Amino acid sequence: MNETSDKQKISTGQYSNAPNQSVFQGVLYTFHGGVHPEEHKKASSGRPIMPVFIPTEIIVSVQQHIGEAGRPCVAVGDHVDTGQIIAQADGYMSVAAHAPTSGTVTAIAPHPVPHPSGLPGLCIHIQPDGKNTWMARTPTDYHNTHPSTLRNLLRDMGVAGLGGAVFPTFIKLNPGKIKKVPTLLLNGGECEPWITCDDAIMREHAEGILQGAAVMRHLLQSNRVLVGIEDNKPEAIAAMSAATSQVDFPVEIVSIPTLYPSGGAKQMIKIITGKEVPSGGRSTDVGVAIFNVGTSLAVHRAINHGEPLISRVVTVTGNVGLPHNREVLIGTPINELLALAGGHPEPVTGSLMGGPMMGFELADTAAPVVKATNCILVKSGRLFPAPPPAMECIRCTRCADACPADLQPQELYWFSKSKHFDKAQQYSLFDCIECGCCSYVCPSHIPLVNYYRYAKSEISTLKSAERAANLARERFESRTARLERDQRERAERLAQKSAIKPTPDTDAAATIQAALARTQAQADEPKV
Amino acid sequence: MLSSPYVTAQNSVSLIMLKVAFALLPAIVIYAWLYGPAIIISLCIATVTALVMEALAMTLRQRSVQTALWDGSALITAWLFALSIPSIAPWWLTVTGLFFAIIVAKHLYGGLGNNVFNPAMVGYAVLIVSFPVPMTHWAAPLSLAGEPLGWSAAAHYIFSNHLPDGWTLDAITSATPLDTLRTQLKLHHTVAKIEQLPIFGHLGGRANEMVVGAYLLGGLYLLKERIITWHIPVALLGSLALISGVFWLINPSEYASPWFHIATGGSLLGAFFIATDPVTAATTPRGKLIYAAGIGLLIYLIRMFGAYPDGVAFGVLLMNIAVPLIDAWTQPPPYGHKEVRA
Ligand code: SF4
Ligand code: SF4
Repeated sequence: MNETSDKQKISTGQYSNAPNQSVFQGVLYTFHGGVHPEEHKKASSGRPIMPVFIPTEIIVSVQQHIGEAGRPCVAVGDHVDTGQIIAQADGYMSVAAHAPTSGTVTAIAPHPVPHPSGLPGLCIHIQPDGKNTWMARTPTDYHNTHPSTLRNLLRDMGVAGLGGAVFPTFIKLNPGKIKKVPTLLLNGGECEPWITCDDAIMREHAEGILQGAAVMRHLLQSNRVLVGIEDNKPEAIAAMSAATSQVDFPVEIVSIPTLYPSGGAKQMIKIITGKEVPSGGRSTDVGVAIFNVGTSLAVHRAINHGEPLISRVVTVTGNVGLPHNREVLIGTPINELLALAGGHPEPVTGSLMGGPMMGFELADTAAPVVKATNCILVKSGRLFPAPPPAMECIRCTRCADACPADLQPQELYWFSKSKHFDKAQQYSLFDCIECGCCSYVCPSHIPLVNYYRYAKSEISTLKSAERAANLARERFESRTARLERDQRERAERLAQKSAIKPTPDTDAAATIQAALARTQAQADEPKV
Repeated sequence: MLSSPYVTAQNSVSLIMLKVAFALLPAIVIYAWLYGPAIIISLCIATVTALVMEALAMTLRQRSVQTALWDGSALITAWLFALSIPSIAPWWLTVTGLFFAIIVAKHLYGGLGNNVFNPAMVGYAVLIVSFPVPMTHWAAPLSLAGEPLGWSAAAHYIFSNHLPDGWTLDAITSATPLDTLRTQLKLHHTVAKIEQLPIFGHLGGRANEMVVGAYLLGGLYLLKERIITWHIPVALLGSLALISGVFWLINPSEYASPWFHIATGGSLLGAFFIATDPVTAATTPRGKLIYAAGIGLLIYLIRMFGAYPDGVAFGVLLMNIAVPLIDAWTQPPPYGHKEVRA
């Protein structure tokens, strides 16, 4: 792991065009637990990615990513070109949002957005003009650009993690004090059932993904690049392996056993490096930076083509006549996307964004596609039957055996249910990644993850209430202190004034005494 | 609105319990074949009693009777209980024991999942303390019995507590191998000599060792089906073998061999079916080892130095008390905590 940049250069020379440069030479590790839900990937993985279409309306949420929302920088009535910034990054943890196609801004107003809460969010509404006139696109020569300029560029290109967490990518590409992150790991695990969008881009855009990796590798000074792909995607593995000859640095394509949730960042890191990201820490603590393959492709497009993140591949599957993957403009209303999916063979019982293990129910399909939208999964009663009624926990520990975070879900359930939140935290509730393995295997059909989400949000609420109370107390205390100080000073001034008077010393002393006593009496009054 | 996951594995408590029941079937068949049909009658009484009591308790607690009956847990309690007491136990003994098992040990503690003590073993313990005499009337293997205990004779005895004219209790019962060993040792006979008695077989008790073998078979099936993990049976039998082995090596004429202890009494039933009751057992892997090793040790101590014929019930119940502590002490480190805690 301590190769110097010399070694890097040498290996670059050795590896380029070497036929076996894609072969991973290490050992694979395992993470604890995991489950094998039915995959259902064949449904959508067979067809090529369908082309992008321009919907009747574009609705771009200013909150696309984790962190602070973007700040709209266009006004109603403005004409925007494709790729033009319409909301600027606001604060450190923020990225820009762009017009996915050219048109006119018609409104900047709340609209349903895909979020587990089901609450509407601020969106910029654009009426497309159908011409799709691009703003000027300038590729960047990243080798000759300062890293921080590159990172700012990625921020302004709106690049955020496309694996689901939508963390601003430029932040993760800042190695900070440690200067370099030895291992760059691209996550092509895609372990959730039904979803095949990463599979599709690995098959069709393998080279672009690796070009993106080249940029990231440059920024992170990594000397090792790996791509982890579940072995249920042989075509993707083949395509990625073939593409390794197109780049001038060694890339190891790692075929990992199919086991949900091997595509979880922490699990992928464990499988490939054998190391565990410390609780509360970051992957760079174990020398690894991990990015979704889609993110890498977005970096490639932003840097090498000057195209901001305005579209992504979305899997549309489940109870639809034509399950497929499609390049979709960010801001496309989900119902317009669904309209192109060949109808619904069975009665629809709702739609999920994401997969069945970690996705969430869409409150309204008028909500637009966001950067986090990897899959729209339409449900039917047959594909997703209602779970049998929950029974008591029989402490069979199947959940613990399945938990990839090595937790004791049955204990967490008990503590969450009985509101022993301190105990729940002691049993590492916040290390739960909400993967759903525990609920999946529970023979009592207890919606365990529901309980954990509830407990986590209760604890956060309590904590912020506590913070607010602390703040109020501090404010109150400083106010009291200020009042006391004012009174004391007044009393002293009074005392001094009386002292100037030609009165006997005893009188002065008595005046001071009296003033102090008054002050004291005031200070002793009950505080409200 | 329920949140994810939106899919579940094909599994249910009923299915688990059904598989446990299925795993007990070979032993029951062999039991009935070698000891006569009394065990079938006793299992039927126990099943009906347990289900009625479960329904009653659920009605009183205003819960869904149907789910409770279908979850199969009462059925398993009934069967384990019936297999732990003499097959010719009078009906009221079964009913009393199950009252304590289902009503007291299970539902007064909050029902399935909340009970601290293994219900079947509570039922057994109450009976052995309160009615020690009928609890020693074990049916003799048919090959040793003076009279063949068929359906009608067994039913007659179980329901009316009377034997057909001319029959004596001695003719149809015999002391268990463990009891025999205990009483004979008090008479200063050596283990080797005692094991010559007809009640003993190759490894444990005659006929009984066949039933025990069937428990082992059922246990292996449970392991294969992942209903149980290896920890509890291995640790329980291992610690029992270890402690009995130590004594046996020191003085083989006064202490029976480890295989005798494993192959007699409730050792295997306990190791695979009773101590593994998920609700009342320890849950962490290390916790299961400690819990089961404790039971193995207690089984031996109670057998050798206690006042009761077998130690499984009290061993399990005593270790049940320690479960919360054991679990708390043996929490495995979660992902990302390994370095810190190790
Ligand atoms: S799987 Fe379900 S029933 Fe089993 S211990 Fe976990 S929560 Fe309890
Ligand atoms: S949802 Fe949380 S507790 Fe359940 S298996 Fe996943 S990490 Fe473990």
